[in-house]
Amino acid sequence: MKARNSIIILVIIAILAGSIFVALNGLEFGGKRIPTLKESINLGLDLAGGVYVVLEADTDAKGEDLKKLMEQTRTIISERVDSLGVSEPNIAIEGDNRIRVELAGIENPQEAVDLIGKTAQLQFIDSDGEIILTGKNVVGSDVKFQERGTGQRDVVVSLEFDKDGRDKFAEVTGRLINEKDIEKRVIYIVLDGEIISYPSVEHVDKGGKAITDGQAVITGGFDIESATNLANLIRAGALPADMIERTTSVIGPTLGLEAFEKSIFAAGIGLLLIFIFMIGVYKILGIVASVSMLIYILLVLTTMSVLGVVLTLPGIAGLILSIGMAVDANVLIFERIREEVQVGKTLRTSIESGFKRALTSVIDSNFTTFIAGAVLYYYGVGPVKGFGVTLIIGIIASMITSVLITKYLLRLVVSFSDGSNTKIYGA
Amino acid sequence: MDLMKEKNKFRVFSLIIIVIGIIMILVKGFNYGIDFTGGTIIEMNLGKYIEADELREVLDEYDEDASIVYGGENKENLIIKSTLDLSNDEITDIISIYSDKYEVEGDYYKSEKFEPLMGSEIKKKALLSTGIAIIGMLIYITIRFELNFGISAIIALVHDILIMISFYAIFRIPVNSSFIAAILTILGYSINDTIVIFDRIRENLKLYQKDNKGDIVNRSIKQSLRRTINTSITTLLAVVVIYIFGVEAVRILALPLLVGIVSGTYSSIFIASPLWAELAERNGN
Repeated sequence: MKARNSIIILVIIAILAGSIFVALNGLEFGGKRIPTLKESINLGLDLAGGVYVVLEADTDAKGEDLKKLMEQTRTIISERVDSLGVSEPNIAIEGDNRIRVELAGIENPQEAVDLIGKTAQLQFIDSDGEIILTGKNVVGSDVKFQERGTGQRDVVVSLEFDKDGRDKFAEVTGRLINEKDIEKRVIYIVLDGEIISYPSVEHVDKGGKAITDGQAVITGGFDIESATNLANLIRAGALPADMIERTTSVIGPTLGLEAFEKSIFAAGIGLLLIFIFMIGVYKILGIVASVSMLIYILLVLTTMSVLGVVLTLPGIAGLILSIGMAVDANVLIFERIREEVQVGKTLRTSIESGFKRALTSVIDSNFTTFIAGAVLYYYGVGPVKGFGVTLIIGIIASMITSVLITKYLLRLVVSFSDGSNTKIYGA
Repeated sequence: MDLMKEKNKFRVFSLIIIVIGIIMILVKGFNYGIDFTGGTIIEMNLGKYIEADELREVLDEYDEDASIVYGGENKENLIIKSTLDLSNDEITDIISIYSDKYEVEGDYYKSEKFEPLMGSEIKKKALLSTGIAIIGMLIYITIRFELNFGISAIIALVHDILIMISFYAIFRIPVNSSFIAAILTILGYSINDTIVIFDRIRENLKLYQKDNKGDIVNRSIKQSLRRTINTSITTLLAVVVIYIFGVEAVRILALPLLVGIVSGTYSSIFIASPLWAELAERNGN
């Protein structure tokens, strides 16, 4: 029995040490690589650096209409963000009429905000101020090069219209080629209220023809970058409402990294102090608690990385707090064991009955805290939400480790004792 | 110590703190953070301490009333708070001017901009979520224990929240979005602590059915005292370490948490338990 249990303990220690090693250093075998925990946990913008903006839709829409409008806005913003080439952007609808956009690794917020929030209302207007076509009629848009008579090449943005657009464009150009006055033959191309190009249709006498193939170009002194941006904007379509910038936050990557490392350091020191305290007070029980705390932390961090939970600064605070509460479950159990020993029960019976009697308070106290965590997650915004998630994961993991793992480890350890010396069990 | 005899002293003690807090709120109001009032925060690590007058030369062009705060061991961290809604271009300008001037290497900066509207939204959400959390916990405690326990636990909770709010008001701690996280964490911690003692009372009620409620409370608190103290110590250890070693954003959270943990432990013993005994004697079980 003792020999078997010694082996089990050694195996547990080996597995734990191995897991900690992999968590810290990663592992490579057969060409595959298990990343370190640090790499596989998603870091929030406050740790990784980046930009976030909260935009609010300026609209009177309500209820279902508003919902639809926000969904549409989100899709369009996603497409625009994709064109920025940001890795793993986070675009979420917040509340009823706001959208939170989080972009890691972007350094110029204005550029990003401009592109994201642009309404991109594209209109074709004739000289009477009549709107001929809008961006809705555009099915494609690209960057093209157009050669001038002089051989110089201009960067232009091409447009391709849908069927309605093609018919309308053919009709209008067909009418305009007969206008004598050149002013009357102009078609203004207006983006967000600003005229970006104003080509005129060639008069019929000079060989002008109605444009019937639904193809047009916008010229206007573009360089490749500005043309690409415009084509992207047009392709992604117009936002259904004006977006007002509510909050903007920019975190430099280095500052974020510093915050992360400082927090990890704080967490390590905190843990170490808790271990020292527990071992000082509860002796062997304290060692068991420390081992199950290590398992607890691995469990929490692995869960976070598997579920893709984003770790933010307040999240780290929540994590450290949940460590404190996980220790509480152990303290509750040990104190009960101690009481049982004092009534004169054997160590082994004390452990069994101590666990049983501590269980109701562990469950009830954790569950009420869980309710607070769940509310925090459900109703919280941004970082507060992250705090809630880590708290919930922390509480569940704490229940599992204190009730199952601590108990199992204690049974193993106590099998080596003849029950005479209860002092070294802190009892 | 007979808690039941001393209970009024503790209530008066708490009441004094809360009344001072309320007076402070009425007279001076809260020290709202930028994310509640609206405005701009820029944080930079300049690598060395630069005098405020020198920094102002640049800053005054953008906002003469902006406040300059220093952080870090050698005051190398610069925090600029402006109640103006500076444009992103202006923020980028300020950061690059300082970066060039003081040859900052790397990207040691951070900026945040808030519309005042977000503040009132956050307030609404905070009140709503606290209310929902309290109702949820009251229901759970009533099911698992009974109504007298639920009422006492919730009153102790409200006590802790009021103490924390008073702490914010008295020491002018900035009230910002982490304030909500702090309050809700303490909500969770305090109820946890109270429930553990109530669990003991529930157990002793069955064991000593003839004893009066006051004796049961005294006995239960005495029995669970070691646990209460040891748990408070470990949790406090974790929070103190965050306060000492953490970065600014987390430290703002840690200080109120410290107060909340002390208050949560105090209220479980001195407020919630005697209150339950009184209610139980009056209303019967």
